[in-house]
Amino acid sequence: MVLRFWDSLTISQKQAFVAWLFLSIPILFYLIIRFYPTFEAFYVSTVKWNILGNKKFIGINNFVKIINNEEFWIVLSNTVKYAVIGVPISLFLSFVIAYYLNEVTFGHETIRALYFIPFLTTAVAMAWVWRWLYQPVPIGYFNVILSWFGIPQQPFLKSVSQALYSIMAPAVWAGLGFQIIIFLAGLRAIPQSHLEASSIDGAGRLQVLWEILLPALRPTILFLTIVSTIGFLRIFDQVYSMSSDSAGGPLNSTKPLVLMIYESAFDEFKMGYAAALTVILFFILLAVSLVQLSLMKKWTQ
Amino acid sequence: MLRNMLLSAITGFAILFSSSSVGAVEIEYWQYTYKTRVEAIDKLIISFEAKNPGIKVKHTNFPYADYRKKVAIAVSAGDGPDLVQLYYGWLNDYRESGLIKPLPKSAFPHSKIENEFFGMVKSMKADGEYWGLPTAVRSLALFYNKDLFAEAGISGPPETLDDFIDAAKKMTKKDSSGNYLQIGFAVDTDGQDHHWWREVLTRLYGGQPYSNDGKKIAYNSDAGIKALKFITDLEKTHKVSSNGFMNRGQDAFKAGRAGMEIDGSFRISTFNKAKGLNFGIAELPGYRGKRYNFSSYWVNGITRKAKGEKYEAAIKFLKHITSEDAMQLWLDTVGELPAKPRIALVEQNKQHPLYGPFIKGLSYANATSFVSEKPQRQSLIDAYDMVILKGMSPADAISIVAKKEQRVLDEFYNN
Repeated sequence: MVLRFWDSLTISQKQAFVAWLFLSIPILFYLIIRFYPTFEAFYVSTVKWNILGNKKFIGINNFVKIINNEEFWIVLSNTVKYAVIGVPISLFLSFVIAYYLNEVTFGHETIRALYFIPFLTTAVAMAWVWRWLYQPVPIGYFNVILSWFGIPQQPFLKSVSQALYSIMAPAVWAGLGFQIIIFLAGLRAIPQSHLEASSIDGAGRLQVLWEILLPALRPTILFLTIVSTIGFLRIFDQVYSMSSDSAGGPLNSTKPLVLMIYESAFDEFKMGYAAALTVILFFILLAVSLVQLSLMKKWTQ
Repeated sequence: MLRNMLLSAITGFAILFSSSSVGAVEIEYWQYTYKTRVEAIDKLIISFEAKNPGIKVKHTNFPYADYRKKVAIAVSAGDGPDLVQLYYGWLNDYRESGLIKPLPKSAFPHSKIENEFFGMVKSMKADGEYWGLPTAVRSLALFYNKDLFAEAGISGPPETLDDFIDAAKKMTKKDSSGNYLQIGFAVDTDGQDHHWWREVLTRLYGGQPYSNDGKKIAYNSDAGIKALKFITDLEKTHKVSSNGFMNRGQDAFKAGRAGMEIDGSFRISTFNKAKGLNFGIAELPGYRGKRYNFSSYWVNGITRKAKGEKYEAAIKFLKHITSEDAMQLWLDTVGELPAKPRIALVEQNKQHPLYGPFIKGLSYANATSFVSEKPQRQSLIDAYDMVILKGMSPADAISIVAKKEQRVLDEFYNN
């Protein structure tokens, strides 16, 4: 019976059947492991729930509470700062390093590996080392170096205005390795003939950079922008490990959205409220990705 | 072939043997992982099982970081422990959600609990029932570095807040450009100092942190403001401290770079391990002839999972671990203080050079009825930063954090 059914199919139908057979496993995986919890989060965002008791439906009340909470707006602006300042700096630095690294032949692989190591290191371990670097004089190297030049001590992590940038620095530094490798791959993929043609035509270094390299690297730049924007919008480990006066401090000056979600859920056990925050983060990430993807489409055509 | 047969025979016997103990009741006990606490419970299980051959106790523990989450998920799912250790501040949530059972009056008569346990254990009573009992309680004391005291020519630990500031000033050292090399007192707002401010300093200045029913903030008063001023003045005016100096207060003290620190008895073992640290412990300094202290504790509660035989067994085990012998064993093994004055306040414990000051502190201690510890702890951390980092007045800072903390209380009580 089954065999007869199988025999009645055309070859292309059989191929489609086999393809779906194989696809069904990842589809099931996505439905159960990815999509189901996501939809569950949407549902939880409409209830009041402390894990222990029953869920109580409260409609959009969680969202109303979030909008009326001034801490949310501070946290949102911190999150935007991490991305808007962190992404251009990290892209610029990694491009400059990749550009020169591409021209270096002596020890190229060693240098490349050195740049990549921070990317492989655990964010928490790294954050703790940086945390010590930022301490006041007897301990912190940064302040020791400043004191050599007679520059006054800086509070770094203990300051409302400096802490966010002090935490952003190691986050940028840790991401550089990955971005440099991608840029190098992009640079290597540019056909040699374009560069030779331009040098025959007498183009200068800057002209080559501006007219040939950067346009050719557009897809690379867009890819890295999307990936690192999402990365910075979801920053957590560095802040959790480095900030002083409880995570995200002092006075919430370094707290990103993901940390606020974590605290609402696992310190205060306000699961509905935390889920509502994740829904907001989800839409922010979705919007950013859609805008960047549509730009990518336009630019690469 | 023969080996396989032998193996399966052994396995068969093992199954037979294990199923023969099905007749015994097994209950599960949960607490968080802390070496000495685990040892203490293991010892108590051995003595309990010897006395009650029909009962087996399975002891499970998790790292503290995950403990609250795991307990909440397991207990609300109806599996996990029959008897569980909960922080006293969490109990309200568990009671309101119907996840723990009241302690039966027959086994734990209320008059007996109220006569025998320290006063703060009364906050385990709600709706006319007791919901949990502690083996041990905690309080705060002043750790001081004897070598630094001797070097500064101070005769002994400070008795009053004024002596305290004097001593701190004498022990503070700075380099030529004004950076701290050594601080007189290690302020650590992320450590135990928020309890010191809330339950000790506020009361010393004549106020109280919360209304009597615990539903309203009361520290937004003259006393609360004076208390915040006292603690921020250490850094701002007297310049004897720097919040977060050498990372945490306990790190600075451990490294011999801080003259004094306020902490719980659980810190004794940490400092005992520090090489070259010659420290003493004293009662928290008083003011105008009064002293206050903060106490906290973990209680043992019976979950709704425990039914029938298991419920009976859980009651027996709870009785065992809250017995007077268990309390002395807990003090000797863990270093946490007995929950009954009759055991705690014996001369031998009161005169103990390390535990003595903590035990004396218990007799004038109050426990805060936290509804959500983390955001409430944040009050002092934020108020301190507003004064030190933003230059606000203590009065303004207090009024901001009081409003914020009141919202946390309202959300809990106006459920």
